[in-house]
Formats: sequence, structure tokens, C-alpha cells
Amino acid sequence: MNFELTKEQAMIKKMVRDFAEEVIRPRAIEIDTKAEFPKDIFDQLGELGLMGIPFPGEYGGSGGDTLSYALAVEEIGRVCGSTGLSYAAAVSLGASPIYYFGTEEQKKEFLTPLAEGKALGAFGLTEPNAGSDAGGTKTTAVEDGDDYVINGEKCFITNASFAKTVIVTAVTGKNEKGKNIISAIIVPTDCEGIKITSNYDKMGVRGSDTAEIVLTNVRVPKKNLLGDPEKGFKQFLHTLDGGRISIAALGLGIAQGSLDKALTYAKERKQFGKPVSSFQAIQFKLADMSMEVELARNMVHKAAWLKDNHKPFSKEAAYAKLYATETAFRSANQAIQIHGGYGYMREYEVERYLRDAKLLEIGEGTSEVQRLVIARQLGC
Amino acid sequence: MNIFVLLKKTFDTEEKISVSNGQIEDDGAEFIINPYDEYAVEEAIVQRDAHGGEVTVVTIGDEDSEKQLRTALAMGADKAVLINTEDDLDEGDQFTTAKILEAFFEDKEPDLILAGNVAIDEASGQVGPRLAELLGIPYVTTITSLKIDGEKVNIEKDVEGDVEVIETSLPVLVTCQQGLNDPRYPSLPGIMKAKKKPLEELEIDDLDLDEDELEPKTKTTDIFLPPEKEAGRVLEGEIEEQVQELVSLLKNEAKVL
Ligand SMILES: Cc1cc2nc3c(=O)[nH]c(=O)nc-3n(C[C@H](O)[C@H](O)[C@H](O)COP(=O)(O)OP(=O)(O)OC[C@H]3O[C@@H](n4cnc5c(N)ncnc54)[C@H](O)[C@@H]3O)c2cc1C
Ligand SMILES: Cc1cc2nc3c(=O)[nH]c(=O)nc-3n(C[C@H](O)[C@H](O)[C@H](O)COP(=O)(O)OP(=O)(O)OC[C@H]3O[C@@H](n4cnc5c(N)ncnc54)[C@H](O)[C@@H]3O)c2cc1C
Repeated sequence: MNFELTKEQAMIKKMVRDFAEEVIRPRAIEIDTKAEFPKDIFDQLGELGLMGIPFPGEYGGSGGDTLSYALAVEEIGRVCGSTGLSYAAAVSLGASPIYYFGTEEQKKEFLTPLAEGKALGAFGLTEPNAGSDAGGTKTTAVEDGDDYVINGEKCFITNASFAKTVIVTAVTGKNEKGKNIISAIIVPTDCEGIKITSNYDKMGVRGSDTAEIVLTNVRVPKKNLLGDPEKGFKQFLHTLDGGRISIAALGLGIAQGSLDKALTYAKERKQFGKPVSSFQAIQFKLADMSMEVELARNMVHKAAWLKDNHKPFSKEAAYAKLYATETAFRSANQAIQIHGGYGYMREYEVERYLRDAKLLEIGEGTSEVQRLVIARQLGC
Repeated sequence: MNIFVLLKKTFDTEEKISVSNGQIEDDGAEFIINPYDEYAVEEAIVQRDAHGGEVTVVTIGDEDSEKQLRTALAMGADKAVLINTEDDLDEGDQFTTAKILEAFFEDKEPDLILAGNVAIDEASGQVGPRLAELLGIPYVTTITSLKIDGEKVNIEKDVEGDVEVIETSLPVLVTCQQGLNDPRYPSLPGIMKAKKKPLEELEIDDLDLDEDELEPKTKTTDIFLPPEKEAGRVLEGEIEEQVQELVSLLKNEAKVL
């Protein structure tokens, strides 16, 4: 057993921390208040090779592992939840499925620009009436000659307004039991009939683009079907398993960021003639926060390690996502408490951490769905 | 062009530093590339990309210094050399460092040697100039611009905020000042490639040196942290009274007048 990062992993963590501290942190408040997607930061992330960490060089990636990728998400999340979410969604949801399930041709054409950071990807699963129950997908893709013709509506899709491709899930037929077959199709966003709008006024992750997609008779070649036509549903469950590790890492980052801010503040803030960190009531909060952050980190790293070592990781990814995101929410909440009235103010940033953390308990499978996944793994 | 960078591992002075028994505690400290040496690495890479050749990064340190060398390789340097003195030397000073480097450079033919202006830990600023003296080549300290055209070298040097323009020729040693460039972040592909780049490890034996020749010329008698800054005081009353009080405090309490 070895809990130490490799030299490369340590170097990646340090590089991303430096970049996050120097480039992203000074802009984090503005990204939130203006609710503007920081496209230029993503260009820089691309130049540094961060958009392609877990993909091999032949597809424009950096040849790193899941753990390195999780470290990068954590470090970005530590300073800015919006940037962290868009980063995690671009890599785990927009690009990974093409790497896992794509043909050689699809990888060359669609994965390479995403991994090189020259374009962004998105993943469109959720619909107005199909959220947790993804099996309730209503969007359809009907074969017509060499094409699929897609009709339907997707909501809450991260990065869609800035994406070059969206992987869309759609019903392509029925199996022998009469159940819908759901497939995933790569849809370039410049296709005719696609309308992408981002009008949501969000509670948190406000600088992350979230969009609605309406597809009206959108034609894409059949060769854009991703992976096995019959197993689209299984495939996106696998995609979400991997995505959960990154959302867990983002929760970990926000939790760590909350702890860092709370600890620094508690040591500086004096009341009753002493730093508030000298009061046991505050010490116990900080002790709990730091313990939970470390436990979350262990779970995130273990899930990533299992994935990197080609072992089953569904249950552990759900543990990590559930625990790290709920830790993020608790830590941010306590960080506000420790800041007193100042914590309620935007300038101190911890109130933003709480708003950003809340999304993580909802996106890529709600906390309830994580518990369902875990219970199912227990054989319930 | 044959380019060398002198690089030092230092503790991060932005992080908490604790001193016990006149020694800086290594355990809690974070170690980084001396920030001025980052300018040197960046400049070396820029010059290599413009004029061709190879960048070799040299450090004198211990086993852990490999981390900083790998970072320089990840930024784009070609080769690294670690002169590991952990087992051989208990202490050393700028004389020691320059002497070891002199031996290292004996069979090299450097065109350009870049170092940091100072190391942020001991801040002597001596290693570069001392080495240049020993090698008998010109040196320019605190440079903020470097232009090389054939053998001719044009340098801008920071002199306490003013700029001095200097012309010299290769081979030359320069020490790098803030403002020279913006050091790049090591990219992901850079980091992955760094592990395959050559990193040579030497000991002082390999340089035909022995401990006695490297005996430091100075002695550190004590290391201590500056006293903690006390809260300021706001004087009150009429301006005239305040001025009088200030003068009297400066005279009697601070004893600076
Ligand atoms: C900012 C943001 C970004 C997003 N990005 C993307 C994206 O990029 N791609 C994408 O496809 N989707 C995305 N989503 C959608 C997200 O994945 C869904 O919101 C989420 O899966 C929940 O679905 P829902 O909103 O329809 O809630 P519902 O499924 O309606 O859930 C409502 C409540 O019921 C609970 N619930 C539902 N079913 C059960 C059950 N069986 N047992 C117990 N409790 C249950 C839920 O846990 C929840 O508390 C994003 C959402 C947001 C807010
Ligand atoms: C929106 C808003 C409206 C407000 N309106 C008013 C108003 O109308 N009038 C007014 O006078 N004030 C008002 N306040 C101020 C509010 O009452 C203070 O913010 C609150 O009393 C906390 O004080 P503080 O912010 O200085 O936090 P601090 O006192 O610095 O507390 C920081 C942390 O230390 C803890 N702490 C402090 N001392 C101890 C101790 N001895 N033992 C254990 N823990 C300790 C606190 O519980 C907190 O967690 C308002 C604040 C806000 C945010």
C-alpha cells in the first residue's frame, strides 16, 4: 500500500495550484457576479494540456491518469466552483465517452480537438421530464437513409453554448421486450435545427455555462452514433460513474477551500481579546472540517486509483461523490459560520462556496441517486 | 548554444517557517525553485528556442532536489544535473557552492550561464559572480533583458530601478531579475516528458573534490526570526501635540533620533 503521489502527480498538482492561484483566483468573484463563462481561462487550460489529462497523446491528450485529473479538478475547485464544474464536465462528460466508446475515426475527428483544448464538449442527457430517471428520455433519433433525424429537448446542459459537439442521448427504437433503446449520438452544434440558449439565472456555479437545447429535425450521419447502438444506456451509466469521481474532486476542492479560508480567518479574527480560533467551539468546527476533507480526499483518490487500475469502481465513485459533495456543503456552511457576519458577504467568498457546493449534491446524480446506486451495489 | 542554468531549491518564504535551535525546520517547510531561478530557466528556454542548442539545469542539493530539477525539465530544459552533497558536506557557504560549480564546469564549454539574482533564503547574490570570476568569464547581475546576436550580447540591467545598458560577448554569466520574463507553467505534456529526460547525479568525489577544499569561509553564528510586528499606535489630539509626542517617542522610546 502506498499513499504517496508519484512525482508527476505531485508536479501536476503544484502546477494547477499555481495556475489557479495566480490566474483564476483574482477573477473568481467577478466570474460569479457577472455570471460570465471565462472562455479565455479555458483556452489557457487547453494550452497547458489540462483539457486532455486522461487521454493518450495520439488523440491530443496528455497521457495522464484519473488521479492526476482529479488533482487538477480539486485545485481548480478550491478557488472557483464555476470554472471547476465546466472543466470537469468538459473532460468527463463531453470528451470521455468518445474516448471510451468511440470508433477510431470518431476519436480522431471529435475527441482530438477536445483533448487539445481547441474546443469544448458537452453531454446532453437531462430533459425537462427525465432527470434522475434518465430512462424516461423522450428525445428521438429516427433513421432516414444514412442519417439520424433527431427531435427533442435537453435542459441544464453544461458548456453547451460554447461546445463544438454535444453528445445527445435519444430513443432509437424498442428492444424485444418493448423497452426503449437509448443511444448516444455525437451532434456537432453547428447542425441545422439546433437551438441552444442559456437563460438560467442560477444560485451558484454562475460562471459555468448551463443551457437548454432544442433539437428540431436535426440531421447527423449514422456514423456519429457513439458505441454500441443497443447499449447507449449502459454506456452513459459508465460515463456517469467516471464523471462522479470528478464531481467528487470538485467537492473536495470546495471543501478544502472553505477550510483554508475559515482557518486563516479564525486565527486572525479577535473577539473577547483573543483569536476566535482559541475558542473550543470554533476549534471543534475546524477539527471536523479538516477530518472530513481528508476522508473525502482518501475516498476520491481511492475511486480514481481503482479506475486507473481497471478494477470495479462504481460503488466507490458513488461513495466519493456523495461524501465529498456533502462535505463541501457542510464545510462551506461552517466556514460562513466561522466568519460571522463577514462570511455572509460576497467579498469573503465563503458564501459563494456554499452556493457552488449545493449544485454538486444535484448534478451528475443527486445525493439520493448516489444512495440508490450504493444500495443497488449492496444487492438491495 | 550551450546553455546552463544554476538552480537552487529553497523553502517557500510565503509559507510558515519555523526555527528551532538556530536551524530552519525542514519538516513543515514547502520547497520550491528559487523564484529568481525560474526567470533563469525561462530565459534559457527562450534563448535556446531562438538560437538552438541545449539547456542543462544544475543544482547542488540533496535527493529531494530532484523534484525542482524535474520541474525545470517539465518547463522545457533538456538535461539536469544534481550534485548531491548530502552525505559529504555538513555545511557550506557561497565559497563552497562556487568551488563545486567551478569543478563541474571544468570540462564544459558553456556559452551562457544563467542564475537567479539572489536566492530568497540567504539572499547573498554571490554564487553567480563568484563562479564567473573562477571561470574567468564576464558577468552581469540583475538583468531585465537579454539579446544575443552571434557573439555579441546586449543586456539591460536593473540598477535600483534605473536601467543600465551593457554590451558584452559570449561566453557570459548573467543573474536574472524580476521583469526579465514571465516564467511559464510546466505543461501537462512537459510534465509527462520530463520523466524521460536525462538527470545525472554526481557527488563531490566524481568532481575530484574533497571536503577539505570546500570548507566554508564564513560561519553562521545564529538564525532567528524577526520579532513579531506589534500593533501600530494612532496618536490623538491636536496636530502640534501629536508631532511633539511623535518626536519624543522617536527619541526616547524607539531611540532613532
Ligand atoms: C448547473 C447544472 C448543470 C447540469 N449539467 C448537466 C449536464 O451537463 N448534462 C446533463 O445531462 N444534465 C445536467 N444537469 C442536470 C442534472 O444532472 C439533473 O438536474 C439531476 O440529474 C437531477 O434531475 P432533475 O433536476 O430532473 O431532478 P428530479 O429527478 O426531478 O429530482 C427531484 C428530487 O427527487 C429525488 N428523486 C428522484 N428520483 C428519486 C428516487 N427514485 N428515489 C429517491 N429520490 C428521488 C431527487 O434526488 C431530487 O431530490 C445539470 C444541472 C444543473 C443544475
Ligand atoms: C445582514 C446582516 C444584518 C445585520 N444587522 C445588524 C444590525 O441591525 N445591528 C447590529 O448591531 N448588528 C447587525 N449585524 C451584525 C451581526 O449581529 C454580527 O455579524 C454578529 O453578531 C456576529 O458578529 P461578527 O460578525 O463580528 O462575528 P464574530 O463575533 O467575529 O464571530 C466569528 C465567529 O466566532 C464565534 N465566536 C465569537 N466569540 C466566541 C466565543 N466567545 N466562543 C465561541 N465562539 C465565538 C462566532 O460565533 C462566529 O462563529 C448584522 C449582520 C448581518 C450579516
